[in-house]
Formats: sequence, C-alpha cells, structure tokens
Amino acid sequence: MESLLEVRGVERRFDKTLALQATDLDVAENDFITILGPSGCGKSTLLRIVAGLDRQTAGEVLLDGQRIDGPGADRGMVFQSYTLFPWLTVRENVCFGLVERGVPRTQQLEIADAFLAKVGLKGFENHYPKQLSGGMQQRTAIARALANGPRMLLMDEPFGALDHQTRELMQELLLGIWEQERKTVLFVTHDIDEAVFMGSRVVVMSARPGRIKLDRRVELPHPRHYSVKTSPAFAALKAELTEQVRVEVRAAAMAA
Amino acid sequence: MQRPWGGLAGAGVKPLTAVAPGIRVALGVAFFVLFIAVWAAVTLGGLVPKTFLASPLQMLASGWDLIVNQGFVKDIGMTVWRVVGGFLIAAAIALPLGVLMGAYKPIEAFFEPFVSFARYLPASAFIPLLILWAGIGEAQKLSVIFIGSFFQLVLMIAVTVGNTRRDLVEAAYTLGSSDTSLIRRVLIPGAAPEIAETLRMVLGWAWTYVIVAELIGASSGIGHMITDSQALLATDQIIFGIIVIGVIGLVSDLLFKALNRKLFPWKAF
Repeated sequence: MESLLEVRGVERRFDKTLALQATDLDVAENDFITILGPSGCGKSTLLRIVAGLDRQTAGEVLLDGQRIDGPGADRGMVFQSYTLFPWLTVRENVCFGLVERGVPRTQQLEIADAFLAKVGLKGFENHYPKQLSGGMQQRTAIARALANGPRMLLMDEPFGALDHQTRELMQELLLGIWEQERKTVLFVTHDIDEAVFMGSRVVVMSARPGRIKLDRRVELPHPRHYSVKTSPAFAALKAELTEQVRVEVRAAAMAA
Repeated sequence: MQRPWGGLAGAGVKPLTAVAPGIRVALGVAFFVLFIAVWAAVTLGGLVPKTFLASPLQMLASGWDLIVNQGFVKDIGMTVWRVVGGFLIAAAIALPLGVLMGAYKPIEAFFEPFVSFARYLPASAFIPLLILWAGIGEAQKLSVIFIGSFFQLVLMIAVTVGNTRRDLVEAAYTLGSSDTSLIRRVLIPGAAPEIAETLRMVLGWAWTYVIVAELIGASSGIGHMITDSQALLATDQIIFGIIVIGVIGLVSDLLFKALNRKLFPWKAF
C-alpha cells in the first residue's frame, strides 16, 4: 500500500548532541500511529520535523511523495500546551485556518460549528479560551486542527497536561472521531495505556539518541470501548511495551 | 514578643489578601482627605508663610480667578493639544517600527542599540537645541514630547511583540499562516493589550515633558502660567497648575484603562 508519509533517514543534531538517529517510518493512509518513548528520546523532535517546525540535519520527509520543508495546513497539529489564540472566541479559533484559506464566511461558520459539535462544545462557541477548562481547550484545539481538513493530524502529548479522568475521556472522544473520520494520525505520548488504546500501530523509541526500536500493530478491534483496557490482549501488549519502554527509561536515567 | 506588622495582623489583614471594593475606595479617598487636611492645617494654622505655600482655600480661589479672568482654560487646552499631538506623532511612527523590530530580528539588531542609547537622552536637555532648530513655536513643543516618548515606545513595543508565545506562532503556521498573516493575525493582536498599556504609561511621562517644554520659551500653556506665577511668588497659582496636570493625567489614565478593558475583553476572564 502506498504510504501517505515517508520518513527517510531523518536525523537531528543539536550542536554535538545527536537527538534523533537516522530514522525511517512509513505511515499509511488512515493509520493511527502512537509514538512511545522516554523523555528526551526525540519523539517530539520527530513529530516537529514532520510538522515542519523543526528541521532535520539529514534525511527527508515526504508527504504524498512531496518533500516537506516547512509547516503547512496539510499537517494539522495539536500541542501539549494550550495554544488557542486567547483573543479569539472558540468559534473564531476554529475558523482561524479557514480564514487563511479564504473560505467564504458562511461556510467557515458551518464547518466550525460542525466540528465544535463533534467535540462536544456546542454552546461554547462565543467563549474565550480563558473561560474554558484545559480539556475543553484541547477539544477546541482538535476541532481547530480538523476543521482545516489536513491530510494528517500530528499530536504532541495533547492530553499530557490534563488530569487522569479528563485524559481518559479525551482519548475516547478522539478515538471516536478517528473511527468516524479515519484521519491519519501521528500521536506522541509517554503513556503506555494511551498508546495502546488509541493506536493502530505503536512505535517505541529508544533513549537518546532516539531511534525506532519496536513497531507493533495493535490488533484490538474497532470501535474500541474503554473496557478494552481490561482485556487480556490489551494487558499482554501493554506488558510487552512496558518492558521495552522501561529498558529505555533506565538507559536514559543512566546516561543522565 | 511583638511581631512585626502586629497591628495589621491584629486587624485581620494578611499579606497579599484582597480588600473589599468598598473599603478599597474608602481607603484611597481617606488618604486624599488626610493629605489636604495636613496641608490646610500647616497653612491656615500659620505654620508656613503664605509666600512659601498657599493654603488649599487660597489655591482654589486663585484657580477660580485663573479660569474665569485669565483665560487659563485656553492654557490647559494648549497643553493638552501639545501632549496629545506630540504623543500621537510618536506613537504613529513607533507602532509600525516597534512591531517590525519585534518581528524581524535583523531589523531589531539594526535599530535596537541606537534606540536603547537614545532613550536615555533626557528630552528636556534637548530644549535649547530644539529652540535653535525649531524656534519657540509649537514644533519645538511637539518635538520635546516626541523625543521623550518615541524611543521608549519603540523599545517597549518591540519587546512586547518579540515576546509573543512561540507555541502560538507555531500553531498559526500549522494552520497555514504566511509570515505576513502571522504578524497581522497573531503578533499584533496578541501584543495589543500590552502595547495599549505601554501607550498609557508613556502618555503619563509625556505630561512631565510638556511642562518642562513650556517652562522655557512658551507664551501659553500650563507650564507657561507656572513660570509667570513664579515671578510673582504666586504659589497658589503654581499649585493649582500642578493639580490641574495631576487631574488631567488621572482622568486620561482612567479613560485609557476603560478603553483597554473595552477593546480587550478576552484579557478580563
């Protein structure tokens, strides 16, 4: 099958430190790939290179066969920090990219309201970000990224700053949206449960210098209900990944 | 053992704890009352000679005289016009330049060292030169205000724009923003409240410059009236002039604040 995204020998050096070793990764259309790894393993760096926000020191990234050399609306991103524009209402935040593309106003509002409904924020269209909880802000950020109709969605620990309960709800919400929309997603996390629950493929990265050491398909059927987290298949995969990540976390701790 | 601030603690006041709005206003007014009472006591009680410091009552009386008989309203108008005029010219140039400096580092590298140096040049010390260059007309007054506020504005605006949250910039890029739309749709609106705050602050400073400008070589304005009164040892008029400046400054400050609240409702939540 033709890959939507191809990462070819991508490497990132910061001065003398090698943060990311020559990395290859193929992402097929409609894949939900979760990238797991210890802190500082370069998983966010890899995501940022795909986003075009960081530049590799070697190798290349191709989207639809086109070389990426900068950020663009074809790769929507959701950050860990709350990046809604505080001076815009929820609705205007979601319209932000549509305005850039010159979508007619009536259509903008239609799209924005549809995606806000999808993330359960009907009734909050005219609120300012500061009036929302962290979870609601991230839901708006997801709606904002999706409204732009990107080829793929890049998510950098989007639920990392949320409390545990909210995070689980957000996982279900995002997974539900993915099951409907089948967007291609690249999702960075250090939460193993999250990686297994959300991913159709889990990629584990090694401690610095980061490289991909494991690439597993997650054979849990869709639609996934949160109860899948207590199934034996889930537990088995989680145990394996826990072991793999643990080795790397220890290695990172030793190196530090 | 007596604790420090034992009295405040005894009254139930804890550090950094908010005070009720009503009490807050009452306390603020109370100090004005106290201040005027002490002033009245030392002057009306004869502790200080009249030529040295006029009493509040006499100050009000000659203030009335100034306004009714000596056309002081025109002086006030002139001074306000100069401050606002000079300040608007400074702001009109400082805004685009400051935004460009904040957004583009080479432009900042080019101007910033000079502007940093220039802002320490005392505007009032330029007055003799400005009289030489621009005469004693309005151009000279406006120039003093301009020099006094322009460099401060440029620098503070540049810093504000330069401090735009990088994650917001990145978010805009991933949503398809170009560089120019980034400036227009992220850098400027994000920095706007703080820029408005900078304008408010520097406008306050502009008031001090205008009076200095009017002390020398002026034939109208509040500063001119003060110089005239000095020759007559009319401390009542001088104090009235100073208070008028204070009141106008306070009012413009409050208006600015109210305007900022209206323009940037998203800051309030």
